[in-house]
Amino acid sequence: MINQLIFLYFAAVIILSAVLTITRRNPVHSVLFMLLLFFHIAGVFVLLNAEFLAAVQLIVYAGAILILYLFVVMLLNVDRETRSGRANRYWPWLTAFGLIILAEISLLVMRGTFPGAAGRPMRAVTGVRELGAELYTKYLVPFEIASVILLVGLVGAMMLAMKKSSKE
Amino acid sequence: MIPLQWYILLSAALFTIGVVGVLTRRNVFILLMSIELMLNAANINLVAFSHYLQDLTGQIFVIFVITVAAAEAAVALAIIILLARNRGTVYVDEFNLMKG
Repeated sequence: MINQLIFLYFAAVIILSAVLTITRRNPVHSVLFMLLLFFHIAGVFVLLNAEFLAAVQLIVYAGAILILYLFVVMLLNVDRETRSGRANRYWPWLTAFGLIILAEISLLVMRGTFPGAAGRPMRAVTGVRELGAELYTKYLVPFEIASVILLVGLVGAMMLAMKKSSKE
Repeated sequence: MIPLQWYILLSAALFTIGVVGVLTRRNVFILLMSIELMLNAANINLVAFSHYLQDLTGQIFVIFVITVAAAEAAVALAIIILLARNRGTVYVDEFNLMKG
């Protein structure tokens, strides 16, 4: 019961801050609402016995990615945003389209049955030790590929950002 | 206990908000943030199924999703900085270089 109340609180804040994220005029406000969203998603992860992922969510998403967004938003000037339109001119149709997608997914989810969805209490094997053992044995090759992707991202971002300064 | 359907509905709502954000907004920053919203919706789904199926694979994949999101954010923000320098705008409907 208390878990359900906590989940409803997290879900309400997540939905509300997501809507505020995509509707605010100032991108800095959007980034700050996104920070609130990430904190509550970390709360949902704790509710699902994924404490390590909650920590990763806070450190990597809120700590690194979002701060990167904030830096770039503040680097470029955003004062034009207060005068021009926020959305393109088809936004009512596109929002209705999104509501149709949501209704379809909700209908399918409500009618479907899921394995293990009976609500039995879980004592999962979700420690960091088990996660690390799984990651470094069974998923070693995807782990290495992920590291190569990170390297490509690093080199690519540097190349893109340095092209301007080398031209001058 | 919380039914699995609640998590899936939350994830579906978050994903839909991300889709609407990508489709409607003009500012390219908000587009990228909407993509992050959709990735987070997928993460909630993966962790919820991982919990209810007693399988750690979902959590492993969340780690990979976060990795890809970090690389994507770095490259995309570098591209945005270049676009803003060269074209002087951050609005996607003013990027019409390839228009015939």
